[in-house]
Amino acid sequence: MNWLDTIVQGILLGGLYALFAAGLSLVFGIMRLVNLAHGDLIVLGAYLILLIVSLLGLSPFVAALVALPLMFGLGYGLQRVVLNRVLGEDILPPLLVTFGISVVLQNGLLQGASADTRRLPTGDIGVASLNLGPVTIGVLPLLTFASAVAVIVLLNHMFYHSALGRSFRATSDDPVTASLMGIRPRMVFAQATGIAMMIVTIAALYLGMRANFDPAIGPARLVYAFEAVIIGGLGSLWGTLAGGVIIGVAQTMGAAINPEWQILSGHIAFLLVLLFKPRGLFPRAFD
Amino acid sequence: MALLSTHGLTAHYGQFQALFGVDITLERGECVAIIGANGAGKTTLLRALAGVLPNRADAIVYKGEPIGDRPADAVLRRGIAMVPEGRKLFPSLTVEENLLIGAHARKLAGPWSLEAVYGLFPILKERRHGPGTALSGGQQQMVAIGRALMSNPDVLLCDEISLGLAPVVIRDIYNAMPQIRAGGAAVIIVEQDIGQALKVADRVYCMMEGRVTLSGPAAGLSREAIHNAYFGAAA
Repeated sequence: MNWLDTIVQGILLGGLYALFAAGLSLVFGIMRLVNLAHGDLIVLGAYLILLIVSLLGLSPFVAALVALPLMFGLGYGLQRVVLNRVLGEDILPPLLVTFGISVVLQNGLLQGASADTRRLPTGDIGVASLNLGPVTIGVLPLLTFASAVAVIVLLNHMFYHSALGRSFRATSDDPVTASLMGIRPRMVFAQATGIAMMIVTIAALYLGMRANFDPAIGPARLVYAFEAVIIGGLGSLWGTLAGGVIIGVAQTMGAAINPEWQILSGHIAFLLVLLFKPRGLFPRAFD
Repeated sequence: MALLSTHGLTAHYGQFQALFGVDITLERGECVAIIGANGAGKTTLLRALAGVLPNRADAIVYKGEPIGDRPADAVLRRGIAMVPEGRKLFPSLTVEENLLIGAHARKLAGPWSLEAVYGLFPILKERRHGPGTALSGGQQQMVAIGRALMSNPDVLLCDEISLGLAPVVIRDIYNAMPQIRAGGAAVIIVEQDIGQALKVADRVYCMMEGRVTLSGPAAGLSREAIHNAYFGAAA
């Protein structure tokens, strides 16, 4: 067995999980909202890209570019029309509402697209690989990981070095004082969810090109995303990338030992981190 | 016509009524102090003016427009900025970012800019890349004042800016007031320290139990009249 290869594949897989998690991390960091429909929204994004591919005959990458503004609009509207109404002191209403949205999305997709498994066409890129001595790297996983790093870098830059990010952080700190600065917290929340849905679109692109999907796989993606966020420490975007990589490596190493252990190993790694670092690896200094 | 006026302004926190029909006015360029004991309704009055507490539209009139029902962000955009009680700096933001966010929604050419605020409070320039929460109380208060000035407001609301500060620091803060007024903003200060309030203000309103019990020019009020309005006259 080639451990180096296993670890490299795990790190690259971790990029996909970080993409699943980045949007969740952003939304939780700003409004303390756990979106239980996050996984199903990724699946919805994959179907939307598939629809654009088959309707317009575009490549999945171009189709994802078309889907980006649509998904931003969906997130913005979802926050303005639904989620803003349930945000408050009590954390239960948003959990119930997003759980409901998750059920609606799964059944809606089942009605509209059937339970058949689908896949985005990848062309040559899906099988292309780079041979680097003992390690063989698939081009698609490498692209996935590079996209994850790019997303985290851009998000960090937006969050810490732009006026928009400043308004996000101020609103997250104290919405009432933020409104004294002329900021509309509800608008900020809608912008944040819109951006999260753009990241969801990128995650959906690689999810759909990497493996088959069907309407029921959303909740498991949510679990991986959630574990990555918790491992990294709530609110830390680089931590989220690290969390994704840890789960990815744990899964590929588990699978290398025994294919039945793949999913279990990821969960065990998550529990071990919680055991020794209950607040995650890179928790924010204050909450 | 007054720049800003209230007309029978009331405020409630749940069942508890905090203001019972308050009428005050503020002229352009004027400095008005609101004094009174704890629980007199001073902070509530400022929060209502800033749009944090919703009200009847015509309870607050600003430049001829009823704004009592406008939310805080809309009030700020019209030119009323607040220095909130307890300073309320954003802990996730550096000193400079705290100042910049003051101009987030109202970028107006005027006397106040980052450079002008640093000119007013030079110590902030030295500390500008550090977190606001690492500053001393007085320096934090300077950030809170600078943050409100960054929107170049026509009305500056200052809530207990001397609270919890050492006398020498309070003096530094109030020394900035002439420069702030020279920039053109009318100022309403809420102050527990009557001496300080009388020194800086043109006019004074004294409040007790949610009502204005005394008002007049700062120079013309006797100690006795203020004492009676503050604690209730033995009438």
